[in-house]
Amino acid sequence: MAKINWKAFKGIPLAVTLAWTAIFALLLHFLEKSVLAFLGTLASIVLLYYTNANNRLKMVFGAIVLVVVIPLVAGDNRYYMEVASQVGIYVAMALGLNIVVGFAGLLDMGYVAFFAAGAYAYAIFSTPQVNQFIASDFFPLSGAWFWPFLIIGLIVAAIFGILLGLPVLRVKGDYLAIVTLGFGEIIRIIFNNLDKPINITNGPQGITPIPSPELFGLKMSTPFYFYFIVLVVIAIIVLANVRFENSRLGRAWVAIREDELAAQSMGIPLLNVKLAAFAIGASFAGVVGVIFAAKQTFIDPTSFTLMESIGILLMVILGGSGSIPGVVLGASIVTILQVQLLKEFSNFLHSLQQSGVLNLPNQLDPSKFQRLVFGILLIFVALFRPNGLIPAKRKHSDLEAIKASSPGRGKLGILSRLSQSASGKQT
Amino acid sequence: MALLEAVGLTKRFGGLVANDNITVRIEKGSITAVIGPNGAGKTTFFNMITGFYEPDEGDILLNGHSIKGLRPDQVATRGIARTFQNIRLFKQMTALENVMVGIHSRLSAGMLGILFKTRKVREEEELARIEAYQLLEYVGIADIANEEAGNLPYGLQRRLEIARALATNPQIILLDEPAAGMNPRETLEMTEFIRRLKRELDLTIILIEHDMKLVMGLSEYIHVLDYGRKIAEGTPEQIRNNPRVIEAYLGKSTSEVS
Repeated sequence: MAKINWKAFKGIPLAVTLAWTAIFALLLHFLEKSVLAFLGTLASIVLLYYTNANNRLKMVFGAIVLVVVIPLVAGDNRYYMEVASQVGIYVAMALGLNIVVGFAGLLDMGYVAFFAAGAYAYAIFSTPQVNQFIASDFFPLSGAWFWPFLIIGLIVAAIFGILLGLPVLRVKGDYLAIVTLGFGEIIRIIFNNLDKPINITNGPQGITPIPSPELFGLKMSTPFYFYFIVLVVIAIIVLANVRFENSRLGRAWVAIREDELAAQSMGIPLLNVKLAAFAIGASFAGVVGVIFAAKQTFIDPTSFTLMESIGILLMVILGGSGSIPGVVLGASIVTILQVQLLKEFSNFLHSLQQSGVLNLPNQLDPSKFQRLVFGILLIFVALFRPNGLIPAKRKHSDLEAIKASSPGRGKLGILSRLSQSASGKQT
Repeated sequence: MALLEAVGLTKRFGGLVANDNITVRIEKGSITAVIGPNGAGKTTFFNMITGFYEPDEGDILLNGHSIKGLRPDQVATRGIARTFQNIRLFKQMTALENVMVGIHSRLSAGMLGILFKTRKVREEEELARIEAYQLLEYVGIADIANEEAGNLPYGLQRRLEIARALATNPQIILLDEPAAGMNPRETLEMTEFIRRLKRELDLTIILIEHDMKLVMGLSEYIHVLDYGRKIAEGTPEQIRNNPRVIEAYLGKSTSEVS
C-alpha cells in the first residue's frame, strides 16, 4: 500500500468538494427522508474547511451552502431545519464558552446560568407572567420586541457574568470549576423557587407561551426562520471570536491561560482581563438564550441543568479548546448525535422490532445511552487527539510585511533609546 | 537619589523569616547582583520588589515614590520588568506574540474598538507587531518570530524572555539567574548581552546569579544574602575578600572550629 505523504497534501481539491456538495444536496432533494443525505450536506462544510482553495473563496462558498443550498433542499422539512437551528444554538453557545475556557483557560462549569438569564429575561417580559409582578398595560411585550431583547439579553447576561466573576475569579483552576458549578446550580434553583413570595419566574411550572419573533408583522414561528436568525448570530459571534483572538485582549487571555504569573509581570491586570472574558462569554450565551426561549415557546428550569453546562464544555473540549473551527465542529457533532443520530437509530431499531426481526429490551434503547456515547467519544478524543479534533493554532504573522514596513517607522518602544544614546555620544 | 530603594524589607512565611530587614539602594544605570547560597531569600527579595509578595515590614521606593502594595501588573507598568529563574514563556504563543504581550499595557484598544476593528486599533496593532519584531531582531532571534515559544531551544527561550521583558519598556530589569543551565561560551555571550542592554538601552540591571565568574565580571555592586539577612555589600573586589561571604559559601574552616 502506498504511503500517503501528508506534508504534500495541500487539502481536498475544490472540485471534489463541489461535487460532494452537489451530490448530497440533490440526494436530499429527491430522498427527502434520508438522514444520510442531510448529514452529507452538512458535512460539506467540514470538507470545505479542508479544501485546497483560498480563504475568501471558501468563505463565499460556505455562505452559499448555508444560506442558499441547505434552506433550498431542506427548508420545507420542518424536522431538518429544527435540527439545523438546534445545532446553530449550541455552536453559538460553545463559541461563547470557548472565550472563557479556550482562550482565557478559566474552567467555567456554570456557563448555562448566563444562557438561562437571557432566556428568562425575554420569557418573563413577553408573556403574561410579567403581570404577576408589574401591573401595566404596556406588558406583556409583543414578538416585535424580540429584536431589542437580543441586545437586552446580551447586557443582562454580561452583568450576570461580571457579578459572578467579581467574587469568583479570585480562585483559579479546579477551585474555579467548583465555584462556578455551584453558582450555576444556585441560579437554576433561584429560578425554580422564585414563584413566591412574588411570582417572577413561575417556578417549576415554567413560562409559556413565549411569542415568536415578529418582523414587520411577519410571525417567525417555524424553525425555518430560526435557522436564519441563528445563522446571523453565529456569523457575528464567529467574527467577534476571530477579532478578539488576534487582539490585545485575546493575547492577554492566552497569556493568562499559559502562565498567570508571567502575564502579571508583563503588566496585565488579571482581574480586569478575566472579567472581560467572563462578560463577553456570558453575553453570547445571553443572546442565544433569548433565541432559545423564542424558539421553544416554553422554558422551565430543567432546561438549564448542570448537564447542559457539561455538554457545552464537552463540545469545546471535543472540538479543540481555543480553536474556533474546532469548537464549531465539536458543537455540531455533539448536537447532531444528541438530537438526531441516536434518536434515528432508536427509531430504526424500533421499526425492526415491530416487524419482528429483532427483540430489543427497552433498556437497550440507544437514545438512553447518550452519556455513554459521549463518554466513549471523549475518551477516544483524549487518547488520539488530546488537543481536540481541530487543535488550536496561533495565527502566524506576515513577517515579510513587517520587515518591509519596519524601517519606515524608526525604532519603537524601548529601542528608541538606541538612537538617542548613539546621538548623545556623538555630540 | 537612588532609582530604586528597598528599606528594611522583611517577609515571613509562618515561622520562617525569608527576608529580614533588607536594605538595598540601586543607582540608575548600574548593574547590581544579589548573591547568596540556595535558600538565602534572593527570589523572595525579587518577588517583593515586583509586587508578587507584599512585604511585612519596610518600604520600596521607585524614584522616591513608594510602590509597596501595588499589584505586579502595576509595578510592571511603572517600569520594573523581570525574568524568571525557570523560564516562564507563554508556550503556545508564537515568539512574536510573546513579545507583543509585553506591549499590552501600552496599547489602548478597548472591547468595542477590537470588535469594530477601528482604524486606530488596526494601526496600534501594526505598530505593536513591528515593535515586537524589532525587539526580536535586537536580541538576535527574529528568524524564529513565528515559532511557538515552547518549541524553542533553551538558549533562545532565555533571549525571548528578555525580549519580552524589554517590551514593557522598563527602567529597571530584574534577571533571575539569566545564565542558569548555560555552558561557559553561552554564559560569556549572556554577559556581553547584559552589558549591551545597560550601555545601549540605558537600563538599570539587577540580577540573581550563582555563576561567580559572571557575577564578578559583570556587576558593579554586589549584595550578599544568607539565611534571609544581608551579610555584606560592596564591589566585586570587596566581596571576594569578605570573610563572612566566604564563610557563608564554604562554611567555617576547621582550624577555626577546633
